[in-house]
Amino acid sequence: MERDDLIEYSLHAHHSEEKGKEIRKKIWMVTILLTVITVVEVFTGAFIKQSSWVWPFVKWGFIILTVFKASYIVLVFMHLGDEKKSLKYMILIPYFLFILYLIFIALWEALAVGDAWSTYGGA
Amino acid sequence: MAEHSPKLDSKTLWGGKESPFQTSYGKLMMWFFLVSDALTFSGLLIAYGFSRHDAQDSWPIGEETFNSMPFLGHGYPLLYVALMTFILIVSSVTMVLAVESGHRMNQKGVVKWLIATIIGGAFFVGSQAWEWSHFIHGSEFGKIELSDGSQAIVKGHFGEIDNFTVVEAGRHHKKGAVIKDDLLHEFQHAAVNGKINDDGMIRLHDGSLAKINKAKDHEMKLIIKRDGSKNKVGDTPILGKAAEKKYYEAVYAGEKNRVIYGANLEQNEYGPQQYGQFFFFITGFHGFHVFSGVIINIIILLGVISGTYQKRGHYEMVEKTGLYWHFVDLVWVFVFTFFYLV
Repeated sequence: MERDDLIEYSLHAHHSEEKGKEIRKKIWMVTILLTVITVVEVFTGAFIKQSSWVWPFVKWGFIILTVFKASYIVLVFMHLGDEKKSLKYMILIPYFLFILYLIFIALWEALAVGDAWSTYGGA
Repeated sequence: MAEHSPKLDSKTLWGGKESPFQTSYGKLMMWFFLVSDALTFSGLLIAYGFSRHDAQDSWPIGEETFNSMPFLGHGYPLLYVALMTFILIVSSVTMVLAVESGHRMNQKGVVKWLIATIIGGAFFVGSQAWEWSHFIHGSEFGKIELSDGSQAIVKGHFGEIDNFTVVEAGRHHKKGAVIKDDLLHEFQHAAVNGKINDDGMIRLHDGSLAKINKAKDHEMKLIIKRDGSKNKVGDTPILGKAAEKKYYEAVYAGEKNRVIYGANLEQNEYGPQQYGQFFFFITGFHGFHVFSGVIINIIILLGVISGTYQKRGHYEMVEKTGLYWHFVDLVWVFVFTFFYLV
């Protein structure tokens, strides 16, 4: 049964030709950005060895660039940046809280386990 | 996009009629699903990080493990994975263009960009199949166990095997016969089973004994990946003549499992056992997502072509599958960094 007291949000998503042009321009800009980042990552990865003293910086650089790429995908391609604030933060905040906690606990635990192996032996 | 929605006061907003998120039920549920799926992938990648952090130097390095291109051979560190990443990003772009066309009710545009997305996705799945096959079959050298119990991965150019000359007849091959087929496969099979002796004689499947005629290897390098009584992880790699001597000592030892080729769920030639398992599970789980994404896109494409959404007045179905498709790309960005780059 159709209900006329509910708002059909799907219909709000339409936009005009001019707006479309603007959106497409933004999409192509993001495409170029993501491609350039990936190319830079691959070349740095190929030329800088993991034994080199700059590697730790390169590694953190990669991680930051990854988060950078990810936020462009989520905010532009998935339109989360255009959604209502309540929706945006309901998705992002619980996720980040949980994941940061999990990363912390896993790395901390891995150090402890690594220590235990080197102290008490094992193959 | 919510910016088109009318502004409402908070009483109406939370009064039940209006969604506080000002978005449709379908899209909201897609976001819920994606958050839970993101948690699954994060769990897997963090578990991977745990093992890696724990194993330190014995863990394989991405650009050493993945350096092959289809048809071109070795020596292209990470280039193929980068290409795969690029293909997936582009297919994400074509998807967002399909969604944009949908917002202008441009049916032809949606069809065009959706087909492009499906082709990109199929390319990616195909590339992953190639990569799996390459990972499972392994390199020509394999990984060896040295005499002190340490393990080393082997880099360099493997000299081609010209033929086997039979010196002792078996059930199938006669004495003096020259075998030219399936050489590398026979060689690796015999090496794993300890069927090559230190004179360079190989015991073939049918019981015949043959001499291996093989070109010289070049620039061989042994990198220790497991501690032994003498060699330790992190030692400078063993090069040249010394490497060749140690390598053939292991391969021609006539002992089982002194050399490992490729990967399965129990062992692999790249590093610790967990490495192979994580590779299969994480890239497999992601590949399965891409595969189902391609199938879903095809179903939606059929809906677009038959005009279902044009009649409905909006292309929200394309937007929802689009969300899923971008998510698959998003996960790959992380897999690429943590599995291949760092």
